[in-house]
Amino acid sequence: MAELHAVIPNKTLKDRAYHIRRNALRMGEVQGQGYIAQALDISDVLAVAFFDAMNYQPENPEWEGRDRFLLSNGHYAIALYAALIEAAIIPESELESYGSDDSRLPMSGMASYTPGMEMSGGSLGLGLSIAVGRCLGLKRKKSDARVFTLFSDGELDEGSVWEAIMSAGHNKLDNLVAIVDINNQQADGPSTQVMGFEPLVDKMQAFGWFTQRVDGNDIEAVRAAFAKAKTHKELKPRMIIADTLMGKGVPFLEAREKNHFLRVEAHEWQLALAALDAGRAK
Amino acid sequence: MKSPATPATPGKPRLTTSAMIASIASEGQRTKAAPFGHALVELARTRPDIIGMTADLGKYTDLHIFSKAFPDRFHQMGMAEQLLFGAASGLAAEGFTPFATTYAVFASRRAYDFIHQTIAEEDRNVKIVCALPGLTSGYGPSHQAAEDLALFRAMPNMTVIDPCDALEIEQAVPVIAAHQGPVYMRLLRGQVPLVLDEYNYKFELGKAKMIREGRDVLVISSGLLTMRALEAAKELAADKVDVAVLHVPTIKPLDTKTIIDACRVAGRLVVVAENHTIIGGLGEAVATCLMRARVHPAFEHIGLPDEFLSAGALPTLHDRYGISTMAIAAQIKGWL
Repeated sequence: MAELHAVIPNKTLKDRAYHIRRNALRMGEVQGQGYIAQALDISDVLAVAFFDAMNYQPENPEWEGRDRFLLSNGHYAIALYAALIEAAIIPESELESYGSDDSRLPMSGMASYTPGMEMSGGSLGLGLSIAVGRCLGLKRKKSDARVFTLFSDGELDEGSVWEAIMSAGHNKLDNLVAIVDINNQQADGPSTQVMGFEPLVDKMQAFGWFTQRVDGNDIEAVRAAFAKAKTHKELKPRMIIADTLMGKGVPFLEAREKNHFLRVEAHEWQLALAALDAGRAK
Repeated sequence: MKSPATPATPGKPRLTTSAMIASIASEGQRTKAAPFGHALVELARTRPDIIGMTADLGKYTDLHIFSKAFPDRFHQMGMAEQLLFGAASGLAAEGFTPFATTYAVFASRRAYDFIHQTIAEEDRNVKIVCALPGLTSGYGPSHQAAEDLALFRAMPNMTVIDPCDALEIEQAVPVIAAHQGPVYMRLLRGQVPLVLDEYNYKFELGKAKMIREGRDVLVISSGLLTMRALEAAKELAADKVDVAVLHVPTIKPLDTKTIIDACRVAGRLVVVAENHTIIGGLGEAVATCLMRARVHPAFEHIGLPDEFLSAGALPTLHDRYGISTMAIAAQIKGWL
């Protein structure tokens, strides 16, 4: 079960997160706009997921023993592609095709287009239901593989998410790791104002989940949460609530008020990459 | 606009709304109990990949037969249809063949996007089997799936089946399980009439079958309405009207060749009869394929009106909306 990330030495999780952000910015530049702020906020979580927590074989994305990663918020595809490129599941050269005609990297993630994309997201609130079925199936097969699914705080508005939350608790799906990105931004404004969802930890615990809340941009905290999700003994689904900062790593994008769907001027992409590099050097 | 309430006919008892899942068998008709449940149990003995799932309607979709026989291969998903179909997609992605059941209204209307995205778009091998199709409940629009065929026909990758009776349901179960890809099948449950065994019938996916020959009228029908058309044909024979019945259990993909060939026979009135709104179902599918083939027979259409249907006893409603045996016979006579 050789995982490629294990055989390339000397890359820290911070390096991985940096490269994921860099890949995302380069894809953003192809389109001139997009869900860049989300990609930047979730890069640390994806770095830990793909380079510490999950088992997979880059050369064989459909390897039966792999941990499954279900991207429910399909518009985060730019972030997942960036991670899949860093994980050598998608060649880096394809980055230039992002969101273009006949590309394997459409703007909203779809299962049939992209290696490593396990579901067709985009219609929000689907992922957790599919994840419940995947977990039931893996348990039937007596597989040790786990299901990771990422969704956004805005998706908590969807009733179907709560159907799946109840079901995962009811079925004691301890092979499920759900990650909620709390960046407090959705299409019409701050998520907590659009539809209040707090206190989320209390809610999840009441629904029978082993729940951790961490700073989603603190790689060590994220790594510890994923590790605990793995070793925790209770027969409960695991939730990692990750508080993140939109645009993380590029200060002038972090500061933008309306950043759900970012428009970035042509000259700003190089500035963004430079800002990222400057932050890394610190 | 609602159809005006039918005044009570003098001498005819005023029927009360029957149970939600009233039997559609007419008095004295031969029936078979829970054909879907028993057929699925039989198939599952040799197909360990088959899983039963429901959203709190196991008993009312005959899936309880399966859950009793294979309790460890059954998932009760609770009254949560979006979850039901999303989870079915997930199980299919892991190599299982889920048969997911609920009422047709909930699959077609409440969970449409979940089926569209997680099952049809991802091309998952899920079999969606739904009770109370069309007008088979007197509970009113909440339980009357008058538009289910239109909705599922419009969904790419979806195979759509409308079986006629207990025999066809039994035969269809292993066939749809053997088919790779999503399937929506309408279900008659409980004591289901047995009709097609008299006609040496065999279900084949994608095939329309001429069940009865006739010179004057060609009825093209699916599901429950094939049963009714065969009864109406017997009534009309007494009036020297010779009616052919072409049964089209696979609504999609449509067997256009058989339909067009049957409609090329000169001198027959073509009547499409379906337990479905006149919008978007078998009638419009047949009309389109005939127009494209430049075949233009005299054409009539029996189906449910484009309105919210009444609550009431099923026999009353089937008479009112023109899909009872006598109403079908009367309409055909009126067109000749």
